[in-house]
Amino acid sequence: MNFEDEPVPGYPLPILPGHTSPGRFERVLRAGHFAVTSELAPPDSADPEDVYRRSRIFHGYVDAINATDGSGGNCHMSSLAVCALLTRVGYAPVMQISCRDRNRIAIQGDILGGAAMGVCNILCLTGDGVQAGDHPQALPVFDLDSMTLLTTARALREEHRFLSGRKITYAPRVLLGAAENPFTPPLRWRAQRLAKKVAAGAQFIQTQYCYDVPLLKLFMRQVEDLGLLDKVFILVGVGPLRSAKAAEWMRTHVPGLHIPDQVIERMAGADDGAREGRNLCIDLIQEIRAVPGVSGIHLMAYRQEDSVAEIIDRSGVLGGRVPWYPGRDPEFNSNRKAS
Amino acid sequence: MYSVRQWSVRHAGGLNSFYQRFEAVLTALHPLWKLVGYRRLDRPVAALEKSVKGLLFDCKMCGQCILSSTGMSCPMNCPKNLRNGPCGGVRADGCCEVRPEMKCVWAQAVAGSERIPGGADALSKVQVAIDRRLQGRSSWLRVARERAGESG
Repeated sequence: MNFEDEPVPGYPLPILPGHTSPGRFERVLRAGHFAVTSELAPPDSADPEDVYRRSRIFHGYVDAINATDGSGGNCHMSSLAVCALLTRVGYAPVMQISCRDRNRIAIQGDILGGAAMGVCNILCLTGDGVQAGDHPQALPVFDLDSMTLLTTARALREEHRFLSGRKITYAPRVLLGAAENPFTPPLRWRAQRLAKKVAAGAQFIQTQYCYDVPLLKLFMRQVEDLGLLDKVFILVGVGPLRSAKAAEWMRTHVPGLHIPDQVIERMAGADDGAREGRNLCIDLIQEIRAVPGVSGIHLMAYRQEDSVAEIIDRSGVLGGRVPWYPGRDPEFNSNRKAS
Repeated sequence: MYSVRQWSVRHAGGLNSFYQRFEAVLTALHPLWKLVGYRRLDRPVAALEKSVKGLLFDCKMCGQCILSSTGMSCPMNCPKNLRNGPCGGVRADGCCEVRPEMKCVWAQAVAGSERIPGGADALSKVQVAIDRRLQGRSSWLRVARERAGESG
């Protein structure tokens, strides 16, 4: 979609009343569109082209691209650097910040740095433990947690100060997000935890993979009862499974991942596992879209990123909308540059 | 000790009401603590606090005790030091992502807080980032001093 005040890609949009960021992702959410985000696995490489190649497969299908921050405790190119590369050409990245590897001094510096590089969205995470990744010998930092990271980022934006109280001269104008997992214990407190994150400053939520829509509905009803639906945009995590075997492995080994038996059975009954995985994902997206209060989906197709286009296309969730990507509007952009 | 820690969560209500009375006594004795000197008292009181709370809660002496807000389940036993609720990695059986042999301290905290009057509200309060300088110091004395209206 074009915005009337669309600037040269890579330049910030004017901030509308009631908005906190100059980003197109906040525009899409507040305009009431069903949003689609996906995540880019940062490369094990220092080549910027590796980032751009991975971003191109999302062209026309996603409103924002999450850049993960050492996900699963594994070492990759930094989220900040991936985001800086993406904003250069106009993408709307979501910079993920995990509390596992950096203390409050480093994190606050990265928030300012990211915003200076054009990052408009930040996802505040606690992060996986170091035991999960390829450097289990590392020191787990966890100086802040996701909640205090949110309050810290909000204080930078709203009160123009560091956690120490020291003033900053220009605040990071960012939309703040957080994660939630409605599918893992303590189930009865998950909606309360979301309320706490909203109180701490979360404006959007991206959830863990959802393979259990009835459980999601239960959670969303609790969220509604807490009066949170008009305070936060909830994007539900989805992703294609590769095979019944892979699904079985994931639910045993990935902490916090809940895959019901019926899903495994459906996968096991299929001749082509990967194809069935995509079909299942599409079915889930359509069911999730109908759940009241859901603002969008967060499609995490780890190592199956090339399936994102097909899944989004066939699910029909964009309803004919084509999210912006570099080069989408050649005429529009050149006019703008000339003016 | 892990089994004692579990017991403490099961008896969160009783332990909390005991602590509330204990805190009132500590605060009432503020003039005495002031006379002897808070600084001089910190080491011996911290040692006592460590032995009592170490036994009952596997206390890590963070120096900013919030046990009354966490259902008597010490959040510093969380491998991620979470002070505001569980992470998203809790296993289906309610055990910890990092240490699978241990119940999630936050799943425990939710259960414990249901046994404390006003526990749910306390659990919903956003805790501020921890002050690492207070590690090893007495939380009891700090509370007494703050309650009596003195800072530091």
